[in-house]
Formats: sequence, C-alpha cells, structure tokens
Amino acid sequence: MSTIREIRVGLATCGIAAGSQRVYDALASSLESSGLDIPLRRVGCIGMCYNEPLVDVVMDDDAVITYGNVGEADVGKIVDEHIRGATIVEELRVPTGSFLSRQVRIVLENCGRIDPESLDAYREQGGYTGLASVLETMSRQDVIEMMTVSGLRGRGGGGFPTGLKWSLAEREQGPEKYIICNADEGDPGAFMDRSVLEGDPHRVLEGMAIAAFAIGAAYGIVYVRAEYPLAIARLERAIADARSAGLMGDKILGSDFSFDIKIKAGAGAFVCGEETALIASIEGRRGMPRRRPPYPSESGLWGKPTCINNVETLANVPWIVRHGAEAFAAYGVGKSRGTKVFALAGKIKNSGLIEVPMGMSIREIVFDIGGGILDDRPLKAVQMGGPSGGCIPAELADTPVDYEELKKTGAIVGSGGMIVLDDSSCMVDIARFFLDFTQKESCGKCTFCRIGTKRMLETLGKISSGDGTLEDLEALIDLSEKVKANSLCGLGQTAPNPVLTTARYFKDEYIAHIVDKACPAKVCKSLLRYEIEPEACKDCKLCLKGCPTSAISQGNGAYQVIDPETCVQCGRCYQVCPFGAITIETGMVKTA
Amino acid sequence: MNELSPSVGRVDADERKQSAGHLRGQIIPLLQKLQEKSGFISEEHVDEVAAATGASASTVYGVATFYSQFRLQAPGKHMVRVCEGTACHVLGAKDVLEALKMNLGIDVDETTSDGLFSLESVRCLGCCSLAPAIVIDDETYGRVSPNKISKILDTYREETA
Repeated sequence: MSTIREIRVGLATCGIAAGSQRVYDALASSLESSGLDIPLRRVGCIGMCYNEPLVDVVMDDDAVITYGNVGEADVGKIVDEHIRGATIVEELRVPTGSFLSRQVRIVLENCGRIDPESLDAYREQGGYTGLASVLETMSRQDVIEMMTVSGLRGRGGGGFPTGLKWSLAEREQGPEKYIICNADEGDPGAFMDRSVLEGDPHRVLEGMAIAAFAIGAAYGIVYVRAEYPLAIARLERAIADARSAGLMGDKILGSDFSFDIKIKAGAGAFVCGEETALIASIEGRRGMPRRRPPYPSESGLWGKPTCINNVETLANVPWIVRHGAEAFAAYGVGKSRGTKVFALAGKIKNSGLIEVPMGMSIREIVFDIGGGILDDRPLKAVQMGGPSGGCIPAELADTPVDYEELKKTGAIVGSGGMIVLDDSSCMVDIARFFLDFTQKESCGKCTFCRIGTKRMLETLGKISSGDGTLEDLEALIDLSEKVKANSLCGLGQTAPNPVLTTARYFKDEYIAHIVDKACPAKVCKSLLRYEIEPEACKDCKLCLKGCPTSAISQGNGAYQVIDPETCVQCGRCYQVCPFGAITIETGMVKTA
Repeated sequence: MNELSPSVGRVDADERKQSAGHLRGQIIPLLQKLQEKSGFISEEHVDEVAAATGASASTVYGVATFYSQFRLQAPGKHMVRVCEGTACHVLGAKDVLEALKMNLGIDVDETTSDGLFSLESVRCLGCCSLAPAIVIDDETYGRVSPNKISKILDTYREETA
C-alpha cells in the first residue's frame, strides 16, 4: 500500500462557484486538527466541471483517487476513512475513465495538477526549460522554423499558421515590436482560455517569451477580459514571480534577451477579439476594427509591428519546444496538427473542459468523453464556434475536428465552444440567440453589420412568434449572404453563420414555425399553449394561485382550465403542478 | 491597471516609458479604477480622465459608452447578474431572468427604487456546468430555476431589514 503524496482541490472559477473554497478550508482545518502532515494543494481546473467541487487524493505511485461533488460535510469522512484509515470512500468517488483516457493533454498538461500560484511547481514539470533552450541554442529562424514544422495554427478561431505569423513580424525592421496575448475570450459558452490562465499561467508567459524572442519583441501585453478577475490575479502573481526569478525582465537567464509583460484588462466588448479592434482598445479608443492592410505585423500597436496570438496557441509553444515539432505534428490529421481544447457544455452529461487530438470526430467527443446527452435524449446538433460558428446536425457527427473539414459544414473549429443540443432545443431559437448577441456586439462601423443584423434579428423574431412568412425566410437568407460579404471584420463576416447553418440543416423547423405555427422543440413561447388534463388535475389550485395573469379558473368540475387568451405562456403553472397535469402543446388547435 | 499610482490623474514613470508616452492608453485603466472606487462613472470622472490623458471629454465619454463594463449610473446595493451565455440559455436562463424581473419589478440595467438591487445580464460567467447561473455580488448560484428566485432574493432582503 503506497502512501498519500498530496491532496489537490480544484480552485478555478467553476470550482469556486460550486463551493470548492469552502471544501478546501474544511480540508485544511481537518488535516491540521488531525495532525496530518500531507500537502494540500490548490490547483486549477481538471476539466470535470460537472463534478465540482473535486478533491484528488494522489498516491506516491501517481495513482489518483478522485472525489466529486464534495461538500463540506463530506470532508470529515474523507479524512477519517481515506486519509487516516486508507479506505477509499467509494460513494464519493467519481470515475474518470473514458473522460480522461481519450484526451491528449498538451495545453492542459498541468491544469488541475499543479498549484498555479507556484513558479516552483511549474518548473518541476519542466517549465521554462523550453525558454532556456531557446535562449541557449536557437536562433530566431530556428524557433520560427520549429513552429512551421509543428503545424501549429491559431487556436482563437482563425487557424492562421503560427510560424508564418511570427515570420511576418520577425521580418519587420525596427527596435520596437510587440507581442500581444489575446485573452479576450468573448464567446458566450467558452472558457478554455480562462481555465488555462487560471490553472497554468506560467505556460502562457513562457509561450509569450518564446514568441517575443522569435519576432524580436521586448515587450508583451496580455489583453484579458475584465470579467476574469481570478485569471488576472494569477497572471499578476506569475509575472511578479517570473521577474524575481530572472525569467522575465532584463537579460533573461543571463542571455542578451530582455522581455517584460504587462496586463491590460478589457472592458467588455466582444469585437475586441478582432485584432485591430483589440489594438484600438489597448490604445484607449473605442474598440472598432479598421481596414487591413496594413496588417498588425507591419503596423500594429502604436504603429509598431505587432504579433497577436491567442492564449491556447501560446500555451502550446513551450510543449513544442520541449518535445520537438515532430512530436506535436504526430497528433492530428491533414493540415490540422496537435490538439484542440474545447469547452463542452449544454445538454451533455459530462460538461467541462477537454483537450483532444485534432481529427477526433464530434461523435467521439460527445459520447465517449462527454458521456452522451442528458437524460439519454437524442443528439440533435452541436454548435461550434459560438456566434461566429454554426450548428452541425447529428447526421454529420462523424465530421472530424479539422479546420478544413468543419468549414465545409458551414461551422468552424472556432475558439473551442462546443454546445450540445438535444431534441428539446429549438434551432430557430439558437440562431436567434447568437444573432441577438452579435447584433448587440456589432460596433456599428459597417452598415450591413449594424443594420443588416438588426433586420435579420427582427425577421427571426417574427418567425419564432409565428408571424413569419416563407418570403421572410428567403429574405433572411439573402440578407445573411449580404452581411457576410459586406462587413469589414470577422464579427460581421461570420455573424450570419448560425442562421445559415440552421436554415440549411433544419429548414423543416423554420417551415414548422412559419406554416404550422408550431415550435417542435416547444421552446418558442408565442407558439405554445398550456393546457390542463382534467383527469390528472387534483384541483389543488396551486397553478391558480401562481398564475400572474389570472388566466386559470375553475372548470366544470374538480379541475382547473387555462384561458388561452389571457395566458402569457410564462410556464409557472407547469413548474408548480405536483401532478404533471399541465401539458404544453404547440401548433394549430386540432378540432375534435 | 494595477501598476498605476493610486492617485488618479498621475501616470507613473514605468507606464510612461512602456507605452512610449501614449497617455491615451490610460483612458480605459483609469475609468476602470474610478468605477472600482465609486461604483460608476460620473460626469466629473469623465472630465478627470480627460484632463489626465489629454483627450477631450467627448472622447472619454465615447470610450465609456462603448464598453459594456462601464456604468454611468450608481448601482444598487446588491448587483444581480444573470448569465445569458449559451449553456445557460439552452438550460433556461430566459425563464430565470423573467422571474428576476418580475420579482424585482425592474428591467435589465435598472435599479430597484429602494436601491437594494441592480439587475444586469452578462454573457457567460464561465461556469457553464452550473447553468443556469446567477451571481449576486460575489456569490454564485448554480442550477437555479425560476421558483428558487424569491427565496434567494429574500435572504438579501432580510439581511438589510
């Protein structure tokens, strides 16, 4: 029987939201009062968000016993039975099997395993040896060549080859250049970058330093969402620690290379994920994109050559330097090499953060890693790429995660948001949700993006309330194409994608809303009717009391009835009824 | 933003050097600092930032209104944020928001007349596996449903009463 080496508690935003700080505190005091001298580590996100709070008990032989959904009350049991008594608390243990075994963790290598606030912990895992070997043995061209051979491409969504991007910035003359880490993760439903920054901040800093060396920049900026306070705090700590250890600042590790990093907190604008808008924001202006060329590699921040890479892209870099470009390129298919991190959410059992080799199919991700659909309902579609992406229907679930293959479906790899939808998700509603987002986030510069998305949204609103016509649907698709063609930046060029993909794969559903006045998934409120089954109603009157518009009254007997004219489809009666007597109907009333 | 000297209006030497004298780059960090201190951006704040950075007041106002982080009105005592990210949306965030609006009697971006609550809608709090989620001040409530709302809000009301 091996002994316990350490205990880890996941303390990233998702864990803390689920109460892991309280579990950590309880564990700390319980260990102390028991006089046990076992290291208790705070770690980042292990990815199994569906089981937070998570406690890992790590043995000397590297075996890990994972406890999930741990409450404060469970801490005593774990300490008494497992830590002191060496008996695993089976009822709290969660299986990690296929969730972890099918993943390949490069970017997330250390996430959930090391203390993100400890530089030593990162160095114990080989951290900063990549930077050291770059500084000692490689030229700028060597590093760029290495990225090119590895096949690494931009993980923010664009998929631009990283080696090429660096060489464009390297080629520019002049002493002042900038490297910017884009951590303005704005896709609603994606938290990959946040988890990396919270769980392994030094990896991103090391990646930035290597990039800076390659392009010849002395100064870097991390542009991070203000909504990520914990990520900002951990980055600040990491930068300070790296500085005091001589890994940042003047003449790093005794070389001639000097480099320093500063954090800029974004102020809430999705469009600032676009590189020229991001630069405008750092320069203190409204975050509006401008025409390219000149590209940022020629004239970027303060008019100087600037290279902008996303968090995940940079987090791959130290691994590539340590293990070699070939090792990285060994994963993946075609022109998509390495791995991709996804935030798996929606109607899925194992929601969380995962990293898979490029080329894995969507079906494998959803069923093998994600554990399948909630309540074992049928998979309907997977939304990838957030507001810029599209919906991939279940029949295309064998599509691999590959930049080119996914593009053919109308969706994109995107930054990594993967929202799983089942038969209770309405595709018109999903399209409307994303368009509502992009419409509000449009900076207003281009007419088609500013007004076109507004008109599109109105049309979708008409359709989802049952007032749409088939001509509206045609006009919607026509306008989508025009918005795509006539917008300056990625926001407008991709905003119609959710509409176009849902209209392409789920046209029947649009037609149902328009012709049958029905929402098959029973989501679009205006198309729903609440009815009470007289046989199931026990006349308890809970629904009557809860109805905000007094639409419910006594029927001709011991049951209630709903007046469809007064009902506002708020659904309260449906929620409060203890007998399941209330049904939701859609479509035109069938005459008996 | 944390390396700025505490007194607003002065930009420290390090900052000056690093951004090559580009004072305008300080507009957003200064606004953030002021909002953190006062809870919102007032007209005086706009003038203050303009004076400190050499920009016109209208430029600063333009920046403050562009970014969703900046509030131009004083918020209520408790900030209620409803996540409207994708995961929350598909799991019923809209119903939660409606329940909040009905309970508080206000719309999004408004404050209750007693000054106790402000309601905001945010795009993804980043705890998608807890969807639908709301955050009140710094406390996150996961897997909320419309009928849990009044109980949650009442704990804050009782605290004040």
